Amino acid sequence: MKTNLTLTALAAATFAAFAVPAAAQDSIYVPLLTYRTGPFAGSGIHIANGMRDYLEMLNQRDGGIGGAKIVIEECETGYDTKKGVECYESMKGKKPVIVNPYSTGTTLQLIPKAAVDKVPVLSMAYGLSASADGTNFPWIFNPPATYWDGASVFVKHVLATEGGNIKGKTIGLLHLDAPFGKEPIPVLEALSKEYGFNLKLYPVPAAQMQNQSSQWLAIRRDRVDWIYNQGWGAMNPTAVKEAIKNGFPIDRLVGVWWAGGDDDARAGEAAAKGYKTLNFHNTGANFPVMQDILKHVHDKGLSQGKREQVGENLYNRGVYNSMLIAEAVRTAQKITGKKAVTGEDVRRGLEALNLTEARLKEIGMEGFANPVKIACNDHNGHNRVFVSQWDGTKYVKASDWMEPIKNIVRPLIEAEAKDYVAKNTGWPQRTEPCEKGA
Amino acid sequence: MDILFNVFVDPFLQMRAAPDLLVQTLWEGLVSGVLYALIALGFVLIFKASGVFNFAQGIMVVFAALTLVGFHEKGVPAWLAVALTLGVMALLAMAVERVVLRPLVNQPDIILFMATFGLTYVLIGLGEFIFGGEPKQMITEELFIPRGAIDVAVLGGRVTFQKIDIAAALIASLMIAGLALFFQYTRIGRALRAVADSHKAALSVGISLNQIWVIVWFAAGIVALITGIMWGARSDVSFALQVIALKALPVLILGGFTSIPGAIVGGLIIGLGEKLGEFYWGPLVGGGIENWVAYVIALAFLMVRPQGLFGDKIIERI
Repeated sequence: MKTNLTLTALAAATFAAFAVPAAAQDSIYVPLLTYRTGPFAGSGIHIANGMRDYLEMLNQRDGGIGGAKIVIEECETGYDTKKGVECYESMKGKKPVIVNPYSTGTTLQLIPKAAVDKVPVLSMAYGLSASADGTNFPWIFNPPATYWDGASVFVKHVLATEGGNIKGKTIGLLHLDAPFGKEPIPVLEALSKEYGFNLKLYPVPAAQMQNQSSQWLAIRRDRVDWIYNQGWGAMNPTAVKEAIKNGFPIDRLVGVWWAGGDDDARAGEAAAKGYKTLNFHNTGANFPVMQDILKHVHDKGLSQGKREQVGENLYNRGVYNSMLIAEAVRTAQKITGKKAVTGEDVRRGLEALNLTEARLKEIGMEGFANPVKIACNDHNGHNRVFVSQWDGTKYVKASDWMEPIKNIVRPLIEAEAKDYVAKNTGWPQRTEPCEKGA
Repeated sequence: MDILFNVFVDPFLQMRAAPDLLVQTLWEGLVSGVLYALIALGFVLIFKASGVFNFAQGIMVVFAALTLVGFHEKGVPAWLAVALTLGVMALLAMAVERVVLRPLVNQPDIILFMATFGLTYVLIGLGEFIFGGEPKQMITEELFIPRGAIDVAVLGGRVTFQKIDIAAALIASLMIAGLALFFQYTRIGRALRAVADSHKAALSVGISLNQIWVIVWFAAGIVALITGIMWGARSDVSFALQVIALKALPVLILGGFTSIPGAIVGGLIIGLGEKLGEFYWGPLVGGGIENWVAYVIALAFLMVRPQGLFGDKIIERI
């Protein structure tokens, strides 16, 4: 009897020893660098909820992606570059298939590490604009549009509103005094030469985010006609309030897509009606994908967010981000035939990503976003974006989808990418083959 | 030659060409200065009583403002929420005295300073646990804080005075005057000054250190609440406000850590200096200088008066 028990225990232990790796093989590890605390939590919480809820919905509804369960792990960065890098270092041993830095500062630090660690970086519509050049940055992906695309669409919007001539007009860039905030400067400088407008820069130090009176005094002095706000966190509601306080026409204050939090506009109360922000997806909770999130995540009490925030702009941004992750993994599974893909596989999946209208419809996102196609040399797509406007309670679409000014943006990106490579001695030449059709 | 002109001549030509903008800049600097003085006052009160630089003053501002808004969100009327928040700040003062200060009596100042670091992170965690990390709107209307602006024609231009800024300046000034009078003319105030001069001498005449610490931490809590309301009304109530509290550092360097008038005058000099610096000299270096120009001003003053504007000169005989 004793021998039988021992044998049974041994068999169970052996089974368990083999069963654990088998289970691990059917899962993929997706770390999310998020910030639910600190000065930028006001923006970060909504994004984090959206990212997490979409992946959780896939786990609950479909059992993961292509049969592989998603192991979701958040790491709190507080939007601090040092903490972001620490998070990455602590997570990379767990074989992540992709990393979302959710900070331009952290992205800049991870760019040189990606190829070494074989972990692709998805910096969705943020990070280094020049990393859209897939030839020099095979491990970095920043779809659907770069900051430079965004700034060029803003200028197009100004052109359209001003009747096609903005010569002599003054455009101000109000920006966080950080790598993220400074990103659009090169393209705005190039566009100011092209269209003849005066460009003025108004940097806001992080410690002054809630005390912008100097910047707005300077805006008044310089008689600025339009402001492009490259802000994040507590900087945005303050900018909206200051614009109102200083009598700046609110419909001439246009935020980059990250300056489009519902809370950012709400801070200005009724006077914020008309505030604009760029966007590349729609708002609202009526899309089938949002209904699935409500049913499979919120109704089961699995979300950290509030039900009424589903459909808000930054929440939907997080959903969009995780959709790109899931579609990249799915594409990687299709290419390799494996369930539990690796970082190298997902890099291939990202490079071959082709989100068509039909596919968006399949995943419950018809009318939510536009198709996205990534190519071997173009890791961004420079897709169309539109202007959203605050109607007093929510953001509504206020323009057609607009193409970025690609003839100016793309050459700048290629030049900047070459410059980056030249400055970083020993930057590796691309050895990864291009995917078929990518 | 150009650089000399841009630094030493052009800013003054700009002031002369657009005097309304100069007045507006001075007003903005004055408002910021008064608010910085208010933050600095919280530091000074605690430093005077216990010789501790209270690193937690910034998070106390956030915590007080979040508590106020949090009570109101639960349906508590605004003025009752203010009273309850004051109650919470009083409890916090007692808890700090009992849990943090009392066990560390007679320890070196650096230990007490590090304890306030710990307190900061406890309050951050507690605040995020109770109220979440999302920004909240200050209940300005419910507290009858006026909104809108008054436009005044000045020297051929216009100067806009926001009513909220006027209210902030007035309330902060009243608060500062009230505290100054309280500590100058009341029994507790005299006891506080005795403690500030010498803990041992104060104890020998029967002053309770523990009681004084509670009172002072509570006074700092009241200052934190007023500061939180005013800064929160200008922007929103979020953990980002904590960063603004660090603007009190150059004010303290300038005004001295032990002087209430120093906090006021220091706040005004820093507020005016950084706004004028950013507006007239900032464009020469691409802007964004007000963060560090405040420290340049403070350090320049230190070269002349190392003890700060109103700080006591310490003479140690060997």
